[in-house]
Amino acid sequence: MSTLLIRGGHLIDPAAGVDGLKDIVLKDGRVAEIAGPGKAKHVEDAEIIDATGLTVAPGLIDIHVHLREPGQGHKETIATGTAAAAAGGFTAVAAMPNTTPTNDSPEITRWMQAPERGSSVRVFPIGAATRGLKGEVLNDYAALKSAGVVAVTDDGHPILKDNIMREVLLQATRNGLSVIQHAEDTRMTQGASMNAGATAFRLGLRGMPPEAEYGLVERDIRLVSELVQAGAGKAGPQPHLHVAHTSTAQAVAAVRQARRNGLRITCEVAPHHFLLTEEHVGCYDTHAKMNPPLRSAADRDAMIQGILDGVVDAIATDHAPHAAHEKEVEFERAPNGITGLETALGLSLRWLHHEWKLPIGRVLSLLSAQPAALLNLKGRGTLAVGSFADVVVFDPKQEWTFHAKDSKSKSKNTPFDGWTMQGRVRFTISEGRVVYRG
Amino acid sequence: MSVTTLSLDDVSHLLARATFLEQEDPLERTKRLAKRKIALLFYESSTRTRTSFELAAKGLGADTTLVSSLSSSIEKGETLKDTGLTLRALGAEAIILRHPNSGSPWLLEQETRLPVLNAGDGMHEHPSQALLDLRTILTHLRSGVTSVAPDTLAGVTVMIVGDILHSRVARSNMLLLPRLGARVILCGPPALLPETAVEAGPGIEIERDFTKALAQSQIVMMLRIQAERLAGLQLDLEEYKTSYQLNQDRLKNYAPNAVVMHPGPIIRGLEITAEVADGPQSAILEQVHNGVAIRMALVERALTVAKKGGQA
Repeated sequence: MSTLLIRGGHLIDPAAGVDGLKDIVLKDGRVAEIAGPGKAKHVEDAEIIDATGLTVAPGLIDIHVHLREPGQGHKETIATGTAAAAAGGFTAVAAMPNTTPTNDSPEITRWMQAPERGSSVRVFPIGAATRGLKGEVLNDYAALKSAGVVAVTDDGHPILKDNIMREVLLQATRNGLSVIQHAEDTRMTQGASMNAGATAFRLGLRGMPPEAEYGLVERDIRLVSELVQAGAGKAGPQPHLHVAHTSTAQAVAAVRQARRNGLRITCEVAPHHFLLTEEHVGCYDTHAKMNPPLRSAADRDAMIQGILDGVVDAIATDHAPHAAHEKEVEFERAPNGITGLETALGLSLRWLHHEWKLPIGRVLSLLSAQPAALLNLKGRGTLAVGSFADVVVFDPKQEWTFHAKDSKSKSKNTPFDGWTMQGRVRFTISEGRVVYRG
Repeated sequence: MSVTTLSLDDVSHLLARATFLEQEDPLERTKRLAKRKIALLFYESSTRTRTSFELAAKGLGADTTLVSSLSSSIEKGETLKDTGLTLRALGAEAIILRHPNSGSPWLLEQETRLPVLNAGDGMHEHPSQALLDLRTILTHLRSGVTSVAPDTLAGVTVMIVGDILHSRVARSNMLLLPRLGARVILCGPPALLPETAVEAGPGIEIERDFTKALAQSQIVMMLRIQAERLAGLQLDLEEYKTSYQLNQDRLKNYAPNAVVMHPGPIIRGLEITAEVADGPQSAILEQVHNGVAIRMALVERALTVAKKGGQA
């Protein structure tokens, strides 16, 4: 494999504590050398990327995407989804198991990672916690893990039964896997299509109460706490519960409290939950329909606060592509979800960094180092020598406008069409290969 | 599509046109929209709304065609978008839509670019009902008033009783009447009337004690319990009747001069007794009658405004 020299850029690698002008040499898919400007040694025959005036950072990692394959290729394929990831600066994505069939086997896990899928970036499958996402029978976590699964979840089909969730947590802990829960007590959200409250009432839509989310988060925290008290994780890894796409103030508060109590509970927030509110449903815009739904302004503010004060561990997009015809239907009948891979960095830099003054290193950490740590993705989320050569190079000063029609994703279902972004991706490099040039 | 998209000038104009068209010579009137094509697209059953929209359109000379969810390709899985495009291709110049999903008129308008009249969308709104209710209220309480202003209904209290949660009629009325100065009291059990209802707009209050609300009201709007939208909610109907049924005793004791209204269909013996529904204070059939005039004004507006290239 060829050698790549990224020259003259400003390297920000929060995990390695680097923030300054550096040249970087990538060789054989790994970071070979980090040196002061013009000081790199191993650069014979290197292809040169001039990063003068640009920021160089560890490739972004999105731990919550739906790539739709196998089985739902009309919405997205692994090839198109990872092309969108590359365009957004992502070099690794964790793919949810609600495919057709469900990813609850080593075969599907391997199929998703096979070269034939034409993936632009590294795909880490997340396995189904229970067979067919039915919340009844646990899958074989040891087999899934050895095939490459990095966590288990029944995303979208939350595990409601206490005894099953307890068993999932226990078996996942024994196998060194994280459990990701989409926290929604679906008994409280039947027929609902947006956040419960005055807006839903006025629009004549049934609402999802915030309790449906935080009630299940609190239940899961209790289960983890009981397992720890019973000795789980004493001799090995601690039980790890990761709360997907938190959207309510109370859920973030519950995570904060659990962490104070020493439990390994983490959470992610999606850009739409720190930027939009239920008012964006407007005249029944199906691009404002997702699950969890857009919440109140107070909830949105709590997401921002949680990111700023550090209780939120990662920004994850919940990239959920749907074909245009599937979204061009009555609001209540439209599927949940929006795309997100190409807008996460631009929105985060514009709003979290420029508007709300979160240091750029923290923003990048939430998009790379921290998600890598959450799912124990070794050698990722940093550009320390020896790490995978996963790099994003972007122009931090450039403002640009996102146009959904230009998206690399097969689907264009985004509420951010026409939004101004900050920080244009110039190069995305996945394990030493340039997979995107902007 | 929603009463919130109508200005008070729009409302005044519609009321005036309703009266004018109602009084106009029927033969002259049929020239107004002669041979214009209007589709009635009904995904839910309807007697009053469908018939009065149809009579209104025909009264103006338009050709109407009815497509209902049974007996059409909707049964075969055709989407609202495709059904709308099909109707447009067949020459429809406006579509009158009734649909079980809130917000569907926006979808239909967006996809067909035709004027769409909302004949009731899910639990959201039923704007033509609110307008005909307003006409009925004005006839009784503000006789001779031909245009409305923010103080037209000042001092008037309208109570809406029953299944507010599932009622598009309630929403349209509670969003329209306070803009004319009316006070709206909502009354019903928590399961059918959530506290958040007061935040829907200004001028809305909740009073759960039926007789207390009754004693303050000049207009009493009764609603049917929408069994088809209860979604698993269990209601004790006997208890409901005890607390919220409008019967002759209650009416005589607490609101002997109030006008009793009901958008229909009425369930005699449940939310309202037969003697009240048929009694002297009842304006229920008057409401139905007003429907045709109001809907003539709405249909005329949809086709003439659209012709000028403006917003429907």
